[in-house]
Amino acid sequence: MAMKKGIILAIETSCDDTGAAILLDGRKILSNVVSSQVSIHQKYGGVVPELASRSHLEAIVPIVTEALGRAGVTLKEIDGIAVTQGPGLVGSLLVGLSFAKSIAFAMGIPFVGVNHVEAHLSAIFLEEEPPRFPFIGLVVSGGHTSLFRVDGFGKVVRLGQTRDDAAGEAFDKVAKLLGLGYPGGPIIDELSKRGNPKAIRFPRAFLGKNSLDFSFSGLKTAVVHFVKTYQESSEKFSEGLLCDIASSFQEAVVDVLVQKTILASKQEGIRRIVISGGVAANRLFRERMREEALNQKLKLYIPSPQLCTDNAAMVGVIGYEYLKQGIRSDYSTNAYSNLPL
Amino acid sequence: MSGANYHEQKDEKGEELQESKDLVFHSKSPSDTLRLGRRIGRLLHQGDVVALVGELGTGKTQLIKGLASGIGVRRVHYLTSPSFVLVNEYTGKIPFYHIDLFRLGGEKEAQGLGLEEYFQGKGVTVIEWADRIPSLLPGELLWIYLYYTGKQTRSIELIPKGKRYEELLRKCGVENVK
Repeated sequence: MAMKKGIILAIETSCDDTGAAILLDGRKILSNVVSSQVSIHQKYGGVVPELASRSHLEAIVPIVTEALGRAGVTLKEIDGIAVTQGPGLVGSLLVGLSFAKSIAFAMGIPFVGVNHVEAHLSAIFLEEEPPRFPFIGLVVSGGHTSLFRVDGFGKVVRLGQTRDDAAGEAFDKVAKLLGLGYPGGPIIDELSKRGNPKAIRFPRAFLGKNSLDFSFSGLKTAVVHFVKTYQESSEKFSEGLLCDIASSFQEAVVDVLVQKTILASKQEGIRRIVISGGVAANRLFRERMREEALNQKLKLYIPSPQLCTDNAAMVGVIGYEYLKQGIRSDYSTNAYSNLPL
Repeated sequence: MSGANYHEQKDEKGEELQESKDLVFHSKSPSDTLRLGRRIGRLLHQGDVVALVGELGTGKTQLIKGLASGIGVRRVHYLTSPSFVLVNEYTGKIPFYHIDLFRLGGEKEAQGLGLEEYFQGKGVTVIEWADRIPSLLPGELLWIYLYYTGKQTRSIELIPKGKRYEELLRKCGVENVK
């Protein structure tokens, strides 16, 4: 079926947010609705899968209705559907995927399953001045820390990835260790403002001079060791020390992220850099990446914070490109927890 | 890795009271932990279940990289924590299922994840934070406890439940003595 007006419904349910968006020509956001489930998950210190899929199930119809309403579009005007099919929590992914299939079948329109990580790399095309291809892309979130060379839509080469924890996961685990709550990123970012980033010298893992891989488990273990050693000698952390730990930890994560991204740019000889994913919403990381790009005369592109975190609009960008190329999914399409890119 | 203690407890008369089937290793580094995992991994068969317990930073991921390597999973450097997606599946000589319950509060939340299917599956299942779901685990399995003993050092205790795993540990212990 040919695409008429280029109006796309996009659905994203890979983790804790239910998202729906309506896009025009794959670039213009008519609406982008995210029902953050953070309040539900906060008391559990993380995303609880069973709760996540149940919440998606409850949220999906109202969220899609809301997205259509805000865009002033009816289902009949939708030309195609883009939906995340992985990676993510399978139960959560299935809610979005099954919903997309049903609407596509009922309305007789095509749908396409897309990769969540490629969607993050595409979020930048929703901004005013998107980059030209090729560019270096870093996707950094609770589930991913990977560097890519992006030559075009659907033409992505992975240059490096984490060998243990994702950067966002390290934030969450350290926050839990310090008794700070969930999600760890924003809390640690906030405490860091009042701490000294040089108070504690936590290790940075570079895995060799030319490696574009990441490792954050050694850093996590160093924080564990520091906390244990401290607790043996005294009872409780002062507010000041807590801020220093948070700040020194964040500094170590950001150092590695910035240096590896710059290294990827040098190795590939590509001067355009895109960072995206939840951790790309981190204040310090954005600041430091901007400074470094300026120093090295590189062109840096960062989506606005609400487009860095999980959202459906970014799914619509890449989904639109696929649909335009005639790529469609069939009804037997499945969801995959570790769908490779 | 310094020696495994196949502790045989004896009373004053030197008579054997009860042979403890547990095995304790002392790891001096992350690569030590990985090597121990590889050694255990080589002895694992289809349908085996390994339950891991240990605080953050005690080396669970390292041990699992070793287990996977022992089973024949390639490129174990890239075996990452599945905290986000809960289950990662790999292909070795037999399938390798890596489950991480870090984000789960308890058994109630784990119900409906279909864990039984992994336990009865065609591969080896390894579960991190397994102590959170005691009643959902199979009766026979290998418990591995990791304890923090110093900045780099860890104590790793292997406790078999069931004949199959006692036999596995006997092989593991003998290999160590050589």
